Amino acid sequence: MDNLLYSFLMVLAMAVVTYLIRLIPMILFKKKIKNQFINSLLYYIPYAVLSAMTFPFIIFSSGNILSASIGTAVALLCAFKKRSLVTTALVASVSVLIVELLLLVI
Amino acid sequence: MKLTYKQGLKDGIPIAAGYFAVSFAFGVSVVSHGLPWFVATVMSFTNLTSAGQFAGAGIIIAMGSVFEILLTQVVINARYFLMSITLSQRLDEKVTLLDRFLISYGVTDEIFGVAVSKKELVSKEYMYGLILLPVIFWTLGTLTGALAGGLLPEIVLNSLSIALYAMFIAIVVPAGMSNKKVFIVVGISIALSCLFYFTPVLNTVSSGIAYIICALVASVIGAIFFPIKEEREPEQEQRGEQNG
Repeated sequence: MDNLLYSFLMVLAMAVVTYLIRLIPMILFKKKIKNQFINSLLYYIPYAVLSAMTFPFIIFSSGNILSASIGTAVALLCAFKKRSLVTTALVASVSVLIVELLLLVI
Repeated sequence: MKLTYKQGLKDGIPIAAGYFAVSFAFGVSVVSHGLPWFVATVMSFTNLTSAGQFAGAGIIIAMGSVFEILLTQVVINARYFLMSITLSQRLDEKVTLLDRFLISYGVTDEIFGVAVSKKELVSKEYMYGLILLPVIFWTLGTLTGALAGGLLPEIVLNSLSIALYAMFIAIVVPAGMSNKKVFIVVGISIALSCLFYFTPVLNTVSSGIAYIICALVASVIGAIFFPIKEEREPEQEQRGEQNG
């Protein structure tokens, strides 16, 4: 059960720190941050994090580089067409599935 | 339009629908990598964040340290800090300190986006209505995905494993289209991430720490060379699930 205890403690640690990030400005900050550097940093970080989490890992996500690459291309296309998050995710998944099914047949 | 509890609930429906789909994929993915279903579900209910949970689950599965998970969450979720500052000033005068403790829990990209898009100051009733359904469906989605994951054929699981990544792309690309500098920062971050993945020695660095280094280096370069002029709300790009 040690593993389970570890998992729960880690989840708890995540939850507490994430909550504090949301809470502290809500009760302390009544004014906007004026520092341009800090604002720019906070503006860029989410996009930089998400892209570092996505690449190169997305290419290996389905266990097959071909199907995952096609899925990636489809996701990029959807995103450039400004489709919603869910549409993009679904269309990318379905295209991976189609490629995987085709590979089974061929 | 009166910003009542009912209006909040109504505005929360499209967010909840989107959350269900995304957290379903999250549940399927993390359970297939070995996280127990109830840990995944508790994580969704207590954290209410997509990228943070995704990174956090990876660290837990790899038996990473508490220090690593805390650092990762601070960096990945730093954007909520900025959102809370903005939202804090958009709440009406009837919102008490206790309300602020509760509303803070529900600050996510989408909930924030909807709340600050209102012309008038928002009431606590509206915020509670807006937060309720997304929280329920985010948690239910993970639970459903975690339990159903085992029943799905492997080929479907493989296909679903691209879903979260695709969603991240759908967040980043529109932001880059409205501000090209985002693409430069993203490009640097991706290049560093690939360096960490493919280079010997560097590929022994744990994933959470690697994300942080990539994101911080790229964002600092961005903040120095392409500072964001005047105050703009970074998360205001309305990428509402409902427009699909």
